[in-house]
Amino acid sequence: MLSIFDVTGPIMIGPSSSHTAGAARLARVARALTGAPFTHVSFGLHGSFHDTYLGHGTDKALLAGALGIREDDEALRDAPALAEAAGVTYDYYRATLEGVHENAVEITFHLDSGKTFSVIGSSVGGGQIVIQRVGNFQTEFTALLPTLMIEHLDRRGIFSEITHTLSEAGINIGTMKSTRSAKGGYACCLVEADEAIPPEIVEQVAALNDVYSAKAVNAV
Amino acid sequence: MYNSIAQMISIAKECKVPPWQVVLETEMILSERTEEEIFARLAERYAVMVRSAEKALETPQPTPLAGLIKGIAMTQNTYAETGGISGGFINKLMARALSCSEVNASMGKIVAAPTAGACGILPAVLMTVGEQCESSERAVLEALLLASGVGRVIMENATVSGAEGGCQAECGVAAAMAAAAAVYLYGGDSDTCANAVAIALMNVLGLVCDPVAGLVQVPCAGRNASQAVNAVISADMALAGMRSIIPPDEMITAMLHVGRALPTDLRETGKGGAAATPTGCAVYDGLFKRGECAQ
Repeated sequence: MLSIFDVTGPIMIGPSSSHTAGAARLARVARALTGAPFTHVSFGLHGSFHDTYLGHGTDKALLAGALGIREDDEALRDAPALAEAAGVTYDYYRATLEGVHENAVEITFHLDSGKTFSVIGSSVGGGQIVIQRVGNFQTEFTALLPTLMIEHLDRRGIFSEITHTLSEAGINIGTMKSTRSAKGGYACCLVEADEAIPPEIVEQVAALNDVYSAKAVNAV
Repeated sequence: MYNSIAQMISIAKECKVPPWQVVLETEMILSERTEEEIFARLAERYAVMVRSAEKALETPQPTPLAGLIKGIAMTQNTYAETGGISGGFINKLMARALSCSEVNASMGKIVAAPTAGACGILPAVLMTVGEQCESSERAVLEALLLASGVGRVIMENATVSGAEGGCQAECGVAAAMAAAAAVYLYGGDSDTCANAVAIALMNVLGLVCDPVAGLVQVPCAGRNASQAVNAVISADMALAGMRSIIPPDEMITAMLHVGRALPTDLRETGKGGAAATPTGCAVYDGLFKRGECAQ
């Protein structure tokens, strides 16, 4: 069921909800997933994102999002100057991605640590997005709800430890899905919650036995 | 709960409340928010609408992208003072719609209503009709609520995407939403609001989406101005007593079917209509092939 604010809204920087607002949101969610300082960011533009990005300011919107600027902030159009001030360099290239929407991007952050971290997502209209790959993991979430992404070993009882940690913190799990590379192998669990997931809870989950990493994206 | 215009109107009549009240109560149930919270969100959006409708009236907007429409709102606003052919009201209405389009094209802040490309129609109508009717700010927000409810029915049952339904689904839907709001501000009853929605849609049926060089500028800005006019004349026809022979919900379905029947060249691909003219193609070549669109 639609809200009237899906009709009259969002408040956004023009000119296009999918090519500008959605692009900024995608990059902002990717930045939140990265969670580490970076010096360079690369944007691989797929489909219509590549064909029309200059005319819709998709380039500035993506860069703005990577800098943490919201899609309703007029600073968005000054993203190149803000990136320079922040010492962040960037580039755009044409990418051909599999299984994505017409408006999709692969965002690769070059971290201070020397490692790279990449996220693939699509802008699906009206400023809404779907994140489809985080690092090496295929996934699918919209970031409309606070989302927790956990990389862990596939072993008996690990989910009950994760859900216990969240419930002790007063967090209700809305949806939960998990994929694994093999039985007893590397697994990735995605939790969408009704409440924001505070950093200390993310740390508690990350500290659980056999959990490799935990990352939260709250209210973006 | 309403899922059609007919339902919205019949609940309003049954409960002897204005139709915006039906929209409000449904939103309160769906969003688990209070009336105050919903009106606060409406006020926040309306404030952004007003700023975007005024911003380009006195100052042409910086255009980081191609400036196909730079300065059009100021030109229209200056002309509005002379009254022109269609009078100060219509010309001011158009200037405000153009201002929103110009702000949107320059990467300024707007409210998608229902889309970014059609962001000028509802603000222009709410402000200009609100002024004419000396409406209170509360009444304008009630009108915005009603318009959003009309848009919600169309989004649920048809489409507001130019890529799916052409410009009739974007600027046309905005005109239908704004027509209901205009009738309400003038003091018309629920049936008259419903008639205005149907008449506005009938007036715009078949309008294609053909952005020159794929940019949300031409003919989008002119369509924001002309569909704001469609909204107020449809409201006037309904207020004068014209009954739409076809009910609004049937017109919404008709709009969807017409949209689907449009070839893809005429649905936001920038490959048909004004975009495909020799001059439209030359504009595209000038901006993109020579790389002049950058920065």
